[in-house]
Amino acid sequence: MEELINIFVKSIFIDNMVFAYFLGMCSYLAVSKTVKTSVGLGLAVIFVLVITVPVDYLLTEYVLGPGALSWLGESYKDIDLSFLSFIMFIAIIASMVQLVEMIVEKFAPALYASLGIFLPLIAVNCAILGGSLFMQEREYTSVAQATSFAFGSGIGWFLAIVGIAAIREKIKYSQVPAPLRGLGITFIVTGLMGIAFMSFMGIKL
Amino acid sequence: MFSKKNLKLLSNPLGDDNPITVQVLGVCSALAVTVKVEPAIVMGISVMVVTAMANLIVSLLRNTIPSRIRIIVQLVIVAALVIVVDQVLKAFAYDVSKQLSVFVGLIITNCIIMGRLEAFALGNKPWASFLDGIGNGAGYGMILIIIAVVRELFGAGSITLPGIGEIRIVPQVLYDMGYSNNGLMILPPMALIVVGIIIWVQRSRNTDLIESN
Repeated sequence: MEELINIFVKSIFIDNMVFAYFLGMCSYLAVSKTVKTSVGLGLAVIFVLVITVPVDYLLTEYVLGPGALSWLGESYKDIDLSFLSFIMFIAIIASMVQLVEMIVEKFAPALYASLGIFLPLIAVNCAILGGSLFMQEREYTSVAQATSFAFGSGIGWFLAIVGIAAIREKIKYSQVPAPLRGLGITFIVTGLMGIAFMSFMGIKL
Repeated sequence: MFSKKNLKLLSNPLGDDNPITVQVLGVCSALAVTVKVEPAIVMGISVMVVTAMANLIVSLLRNTIPSRIRIIVQLVIVAALVIVVDQVLKAFAYDVSKQLSVFVGLIITNCIIMGRLEAFALGNKPWASFLDGIGNGAGYGMILIIIAVVRELFGAGSITLPGIGEIRIVPQVLYDMGYSNNGLMILPPMALIVVGIIIWVQRSRNTDLIESN
């Protein structure tokens, strides 16, 4: 349990997807003009991460990893399919997003309407594929750990995009030098937020 | 073959139509690999190869891909190309491949590639699409290398080139006189601030790019 909380806190603050690894920057920059839309996108990212990362974990563990196919019998235990992981992960993510979209549309029409276009776009958000690839690289040992990592990183991404959206709403009223307006100042503010988040470094539960 | 129009496809992304600073595509995996110059160069070349080949293949297939399922077809083509690049890097440049870690895989979701496929390759002939891919990959690589040179020069006082290794730029004399490396440059947030400054410089020189707010 302690291990899970540790992974959770670490992936929100210390290994924050945006500030430490720059994942999902494209949608982070494009959709952070107002707080309302960024909350929608942030929720959708949390949602999809929590679903895809555990599925990809199971896939690595039982199909793709070195020796993962040994449950099929002795002769399969030398097979290592890990070179296929990119294509499998992206296929899983694309189909999961489609599935989530259909389920949400059916059972929670209000949520579906508020997420709108963001849900399908998430399939090509690097934060999602990055979550799966980091999960594979860091070698988590159970589904619970993978889920906790996914949930934590989702929340970290959510905090980052809502924070920058709030700052951008206020920055409209300030005198930014003309060449920095829009994109330039957003980069610099993100950098400053990143420095602020670095003060969490070294926290260990 | 290299008419004026085609040369423009190559040169535009290097300047006024740069994928990172103007189109805002592909920032995702760009910044994390710029602590040293070597991985930045390798990453730039990898993205250039994938963008050019994906543009070429999609452009060849553009009349046969049903538009309803085009995203997934594009993803599969890109993923297959990235697997090839990843395996080549693992075989011939293992150290760099380790440093790039997950960011090679993240080329799949790099918005430059999807963006160029959607905006250019689906509506243009193969040769033009190929050049567009090379141009955009080069524009991306150029920004990566500029950021990496600034960060490594001020952060570690050296430049690392592939095949040559580390070259010390800041002489020992300066260190003896009390100069020290700026450790902040190596940390992730400085990459963002360096990009911000590049955008600032570019837009001060070319005022057409300034956003209305």
